[in-house]
Amino acid sequence: MAGQTDMELIKNGIRMDGRKPDELREVKIVAGVLDNADGSCYLEWGNNKVYAGVFGPMECHPRHKQKADRAIVQARYTMAPFSVNDRKRPGLDRRSTEISYIVSQAFEKVVMVEDFPKASIRVDMQVVEAHAGTRCAALTAASVALADAGIPMRDMIPSCAAGKVNDVVVLDLNKEEDNYGQADLPLAIIPSTGEVVLLQLDGHLTPDEFEQAMDLATSGCMELYKKMRHALENSYGGKA
Amino acid sequence: MSNDSVSNLMKGHMESLAKEGKRADGRGINEYRKVKIEIGMISTAEGSAMVHLGKTKVLCGIKMLIGTPYGDSPGSGTMTTSTELAPLADQSFDPGPPREQSIELSRVVDRGIRESRMIDFDGLCIEHGVKVWMVYIDLHILDNNGNLFDCCTLAAAAALSNATIPNIQHGIADKDVKLPINCWPISCTFGKLGDSVILDATSDEESVMSARFTVAHDENGNLRAAQKGMNGSFTDAEIREAVKTARASDNVLREALKGIQE
Repeated sequence: MAGQTDMELIKNGIRMDGRKPDELREVKIVAGVLDNADGSCYLEWGNNKVYAGVFGPMECHPRHKQKADRAIVQARYTMAPFSVNDRKRPGLDRRSTEISYIVSQAFEKVVMVEDFPKASIRVDMQVVEAHAGTRCAALTAASVALADAGIPMRDMIPSCAAGKVNDVVVLDLNKEEDNYGQADLPLAIIPSTGEVVLLQLDGHLTPDEFEQAMDLATSGCMELYKKMRHALENSYGGKA
Repeated sequence: MSNDSVSNLMKGHMESLAKEGKRADGRGINEYRKVKIEIGMISTAEGSAMVHLGKTKVLCGIKMLIGTPYGDSPGSGTMTTSTELAPLADQSFDPGPPREQSIELSRVVDRGIRESRMIDFDGLCIEHGVKVWMVYIDLHILDNNGNLFDCCTLAAAAALSNATIPNIQHGIADKDVKLPINCWPISCTFGKLGDSVILDATSDEESVMSARFTVAHDENGNLRAAQKGMNGSFTDAEIREAVKTARASDNVLREALKGIQE
């Protein structure tokens, strides 16, 4: 967060990309786009583009990571070298490693891991174009891919961020707002119970603003949740 | 779902089919699967393309940065090809640093593009000996159903043909121009299945075949690069025949590549 900036990111309650403060960017979700993966999803969120693929449950490698009483979720978040303006060096860096780790833990809460002792469920997320908010996009796509793979889950987890720009709390930061804004709060919840499975914050928020941001991010998650269910309905028909 | 091993029964079946000039998926032995090319879907890349070859899917993005030239070629730009065998493409792809398999793939694709002089390296020089354009070709395999070699070369060629030199972003000139393309390399990959040679193998066929042969031609029918891979062998006659077949069969891919130029 760059903190204070002279840039005017909100004018008369309208953001630079024409959105209102509580409006999401456009989201498009398609389930079942890859053939080899047991479950997959392609998601466009604003200009973000993400593929997610799921394999498993299968025998866990390496062996020492096996748990005798449950499965583990091995999530892996990566960004393509061409997904950003300056070429990103391929492979896992510290940021991707952290995101992979917290996403794995978020999923271990909803996936019925106790049904598959010693197994692993592999969740791979490939960001092919990045414009702020890719961890939320990747997590959301991975949820749909897990459902597409038919992995038993208590619920899907939508994820969405709220933040602060020009002292206004807004939903779903875009690239400029992420670069020049004052705070960013990515959140993932279990819609049926309201439990929080992922939360990060960087920047500066007053206690009141934090409350507002939580409300806004939660409503964003619920809106996404509908779109996720629609995507699955579209692939499989019937009532989701 | 991908299989680690195909049964001996299936192996025998595929070999006997190939002997009669047939394939498990109904194709002839020298026939490509359906090919589809899309371009320009990644706005952060200088050029991009997605190629579907049957059920194999490869996404290629081109990035261009400014760097210093190599000492032995001070007036030429550089090119780097890397492939990412994304774990979501195949259950057998492990996360982690590139393995031999992925390095061989990148190098064969790289050679096809480089040796054909598809891009004019001298034209990528900004200041002799000081500043040149470095072209990065990054190939992301999203779905592996065999013949990554041809699919990747095609994706790289399509993405390059769609690429723009980012002059404005780097303050080189006040206009972005298209990356000039000199020629069109196309690679054809054959597999040895029992005693037969087949074109464009699927992953099932790849898992039972003993040897692989890739040859890249330019649009004038001249050879530009070749590679024999895997631990089996081809006879001299098979290699000569395959090179001829490649020239006759690469039209399908060439047409698809031409189709995106409009």
